[in-house]
Amino acid sequence: MTNVPSDLRYAKSHEWVRVSGDTAVVGITDHAQHELTDVVFVELPQANRVVKAGEACAVVESVKTASDIYSPVSGTIIEVNSAVANNPSLVNTDPYGSGWFYKIKLSAASEAAALLDPAAYGAQIHG
Amino acid sequence: MLQRTELFEVHQAHGARLVEFGGWEMPVQYTSIMEEHQMVRTKAGLFDIAHMGEVAVRGAGSAAFLNQLLTNNIHKLSVWEGQYTLMCNDLGGVIDDLYVYRIGEHEYLLIVNASRVEVDFAWISQEAARHRGTPLEVENLSNALGAIALQGPASQAFIDGCFDSVTTQPSTLVKNQITSAKLGDETVYVARTGYTGEDGFEIVAPSALLAPMWKRVLEAGASYGCKPAGLGARDTLRTEVCYPLYGHELDETTTPLEAGLGYFVSFDKGGFNGRDTMAAQLSHGVLRRCAAFKMTDKSAPPRPHYPVWSVGPDAALLGEVVSGTLSPTLSMGIGMTYLPIALAQPGTKIEIEIRGRRFPAEVVKKPFYRKAS
Repeated sequence: MTNVPSDLRYAKSHEWVRVSGDTAVVGITDHAQHELTDVVFVELPQANRVVKAGEACAVVESVKTASDIYSPVSGTIIEVNSAVANNPSLVNTDPYGSGWFYKIKLSAASEAAALLDPAAYGAQIHG
Repeated sequence: MLQRTELFEVHQAHGARLVEFGGWEMPVQYTSIMEEHQMVRTKAGLFDIAHMGEVAVRGAGSAAFLNQLLTNNIHKLSVWEGQYTLMCNDLGGVIDDLYVYRIGEHEYLLIVNASRVEVDFAWISQEAARHRGTPLEVENLSNALGAIALQGPASQAFIDGCFDSVTTQPSTLVKNQITSAKLGDETVYVARTGYTGEDGFEIVAPSALLAPMWKRVLEAGASYGCKPAGLGARDTLRTEVCYPLYGHELDETTTPLEAGLGYFVSFDKGGFNGRDTMAAQLSHGVLRRCAAFKMTDKSAPPRPHYPVWSVGPDAALLGEVVSGTLSPTLSMGIGMTYLPIALAQPGTKIEIEIRGRRFPAEVVKKPFYRKAS
């Protein structure tokens, strides 16, 4: 059974969002890292890039595949996690902590509330 | 509808992740490609290769036929020996790469790629028809037989205990030798060979025996850390030792010499299919060659079909990556690509285009990895 923390919101495409005021931190879920297995490379967006919800803005690669990561929310990238770029295995070992991808200043606060809650995401991956 | 080997349900029970490969639904990994790769490099792993094809060639005319059909010299083989070889069309293009084993005075077993079984057997049958008048029989045994591959340095420590009786202890075979053994009353073949760059054995058995054979090997190897390994690790393992994979390094427009496999072409044995093209390449040199490269800066791993560029002010598109991966042993991006001969030398700088950006790479000597001897 994979971990679905209760304080996060989730996209169907397996990203999580931790909202704090008008900013949010984005990463990929425990289920996603488990499906990918060994993450060997993470490509992050440039800081100051403006992204729309649903837009591909990062890439995560395992030995065998490259997968796009879609921003669950719209806004401006204000910080990226250089630690995960230097040590991609953080995505596997700590997907909700040190394996985060980027911080974003939200341009539409209502988007995050419309994402899946933990129960709905849990049902999607375990259903 | 994808084909499944006799081990399909075993893979499901092991929790394998299954993918399409050459028309077959095969396990790409059981736990992780990295773990399975390291397991084979340091201990042992067991692969299902029952998707591969088997063709028997029998009769007093077999050796002469095979020397016309294949590039290597069949007369080098004593009974119970095998060799890597290539089957080419009349222009020297590779129809398939394969292993041929001599399992009787006039009996040979060919192990061919899964994706090429139909093409191969049609070609072999057509070529055999030209040898009418000599005692020769060819038979496609791909459904009747299957194979599993036990690979890794620990393999030799427990291979002998995997059978009910053996003709020769498999652990005493030298590379490319083959012997017969029994599981119950049934005959299986055990060859000291493989495609991972490690010591190991391939076991060819009647299809119905594959599941019990698989179980037997895992039981015998359990205390040595031997577990199932998937095609994902098989691909990273063979890429590190620069072994070609049909459809990547090899196709019908590529000759063995261009692929860097001239060692397996015997020019002194007489005539064989594709000889004229290859002899001309031997005397004038090839125009392009399959080269190995490594990424020299931090980048995503190179992957098949990524564009390959020359460097400098008039950088030109040279071709594409044919095999590419992160090397689990070296922790760097590695790959192979066809380059004009002047650029195929170690030290040449090239660039690999990954998602629209070019990253530096360097041609290196093959292979990337060599097992300690």
